[in-house]
Amino acid sequence: MDTTQGTPAMMDDTLTLPRAADGAPRIDCRNIKVFYGEAQAIHDVSMTFPDRAVTALIGPSGCGKSTFLRCLNRMNDTIENCRVEGEILMDGENINDEDVDPVLLRSRVGMVFQKPNPFPKSIYDNIAYGPRIHGLANGREDLDAIVEKSLRRAGLWEEVKDRLTAPGTSLSGGQQQRLCIARAIAVQPEVILMDEPCSALDPIATARIEELIDELRNRYCIVIVTHSMQQAARVSQRTAFFHLGNLVEMGDTNQIFTNPREKRTEDYITGRFG
Amino acid sequence: MTDTVRTSAPSAAAAKHLKRRRAADGRFRYYGLTAIFVALGALAVLVLTIGTQAFSAATYNVVKYEVTLDPAVIAPEGANRPADISRNVEGFYSLVRDELLTTFPEAEADRVSRRELSDFVTRLAVLPTARLVANNPELVGNTITLTAPLNDDLDLYLKGQGVKERKIKAGTVSSVQGEEDGTFRLAGAEAFEAVVTGLAVASVDRAEDAGQPDVLLTAGVSTGRLTDIDAGSARMELLTGRAQDFAQARPTARIIVSAESERTISDRQIAWVLALKEMGRVDRVPRWTLLTNSDSTYPELAGGLAAIVGSLLTMLITALVAMPIGILAAVYLEEFAPRNRLTEFIEVNINNLAAVPSIVFGLLGAALYINFLGMPRSAPLVGGLVLALMTFPVVIIASRAALKAVPPSVRSGALAVGASQMQTVFHHVVPLAAPGILTGAILGMARALGETAPLLLIGMVAFVGDVPRSPTDESTVMPVLIFSWSNNAERAWEPLTSAMIVILLAFLLVMNGLVVFLRRKYERRW
Repeated sequence: MDTTQGTPAMMDDTLTLPRAADGAPRIDCRNIKVFYGEAQAIHDVSMTFPDRAVTALIGPSGCGKSTFLRCLNRMNDTIENCRVEGEILMDGENINDEDVDPVLLRSRVGMVFQKPNPFPKSIYDNIAYGPRIHGLANGREDLDAIVEKSLRRAGLWEEVKDRLTAPGTSLSGGQQQRLCIARAIAVQPEVILMDEPCSALDPIATARIEELIDELRNRYCIVIVTHSMQQAARVSQRTAFFHLGNLVEMGDTNQIFTNPREKRTEDYITGRFG
Repeated sequence: MTDTVRTSAPSAAAAKHLKRRRAADGRFRYYGLTAIFVALGALAVLVLTIGTQAFSAATYNVVKYEVTLDPAVIAPEGANRPADISRNVEGFYSLVRDELLTTFPEAEADRVSRRELSDFVTRLAVLPTARLVANNPELVGNTITLTAPLNDDLDLYLKGQGVKERKIKAGTVSSVQGEEDGTFRLAGAEAFEAVVTGLAVASVDRAEDAGQPDVLLTAGVSTGRLTDIDAGSARMELLTGRAQDFAQARPTARIIVSAESERTISDRQIAWVLALKEMGRVDRVPRWTLLTNSDSTYPELAGGLAAIVGSLLTMLITALVAMPIGILAAVYLEEFAPRNRLTEFIEVNINNLAAVPSIVFGLLGAALYINFLGMPRSAPLVGGLVLALMTFPVVIIASRAALKAVPPSVRSGALAVGASQMQTVFHHVVPLAAPGILTGAILGMARALGETAPLLLIGMVAFVGDVPRSPTDESTVMPVLIFSWSNNAERAWEPLTSAMIVILLAFLLVMNGLVVFLRRKYERRW
């Protein structure tokens, strides 16, 4: 693939995305409540996510961290009976507003799932699908450039550049997950949500993804749900601890792991429950 | 915890329990195997009975006639345009009949034997020749070999199915003497000993009130009927040929168990057909007319073309109606519809619809399409619509199952990159479910192809001699044709019915093969 022909905008890796004002949060959640039918899964959570940093959501199983994550790109809309209350502000706009199109929102907020879920299509088409439906590419060369750039950023280009037509499902688990990250990057999001992205991977693939998350931090606001406290400690700058649908404590990762303010947080990170 | 593996039961009671469990295991396997063998056995019996019957109908006997196309007969002045020639069945038929009468002049004797000889070929059997001559007028005046199928009863006789007979080689006949009453006395040492023994055996098998078995004696092209048989001599009434043929010959005797009055063919007809065969004028050839002819009241001319075309037209209508409705309904119900009481109610009713007996759909079709909407009777259009009503619940159910089998991770993956719900469904979910959807649709169609009952009610059971040209023409379909043929009394219809069943099964096999092919080719893993 000839990439020298790409448009200047595509080749300019330094900046294609608007950046939040220095220090301003990328996402500001206020009084979020989530209900599944009558059952309340999230109780009045307010928190912010800084731009160009990784925020980890930790907590025992069923504490609502994944549900909360899915509020951020309105994936909960697709679940019957699920109701979200509260305001989530991105660039001052409440994404829960009626007139916000979830389709557009999801092109700004990418998501990576627990189990790698590449489309049963070629590697190329996996990446190109998002840009195609959003009309981000002008012609074939432009699309080629987007695919290459996305794969490079996901650290997968060298491994797959010779077999872009091979099915995405033919890759190994770790490669598939990086393909999914590349797929999310390809639509030029501002935020990337990761829902336990390494739980189905072996330690080496996990390490590779963690490195990648660290690199991506320079460009995106990343929110990661994880069960592994070591992973949270390794990759995140901010950590939020959820328990029974409540946000118990949120702070810098160092502070949470070395000097938690709350007794429950300390009990959890020291392994007394969870 | 120990690392040793326990190999013996901890107690006697546990050992007994274990033994019972193993026995139950073994019994279950045995039941399963038995079930499989019963099913396979039933299938084998079905295939064998239908297959052998159909095999006998796959070929038939045709007779060759050397006829001179006399212009005065087939193209008389005033009726010699090609269109007239092609319709001049009577003229061509008289050529064939006269040729037969020349070959067997003894049939001129009385009206009964004349009719028996003319029965060899049906009038309509000369139609293909008439059309051929009409298209090639230069043939008029020439001598051509005309081929026409043999009468169905004689055809069955030559295939050894119509009339029970025992063939016995007689001894050498040394003398043939003419008697005063026109019969002949055949004599020869021990010539008819085997025939006498054969007759004795045949009489044992016969019911008391049945008449005497007939004995026909054939030498070359000549055949006679024997009476007063004893070991050294017999009286013979000559049916065809010359009495001299029997002198110094070893003729073949046929003991025909049923009396002439109980049969559909007479002794004379048997004699003539044996003579024709001896002359080499009878050929057993593949019966392509089964696929190229349409229905007829004469079994030797009947074929399934009109029904096959009717079935294809009907299936076309069914596919055009049932597949879009079924697939769209399934996609909507599975991917878009909210889960509430209304959709649940619809779901339950679709399942109920799939279980409604097919004849009810026939009644509905007759009332709705024909009486209310005024569509033509007996037409593939109505048949297709009725079958579509019957098929689309099946398509919906199969398609929903296929859509359900697509993992939700594919949907969330597509939604997460910003695909709308419709894009998610049509770019990802439906392509993945397509092999399953098509499988369900084709299997539903295959079921519709074999359906008879609803079509009877909308009048597709009518006798249709012409190939339908459009979905609104009168038509019948393969299963209904099988049903009509199986109702016919003549024996020759029985193998024909089986042959038609085999053709229908071939169509079904092709459809099922298509399903397997599609599944193999397009099934994707995720």
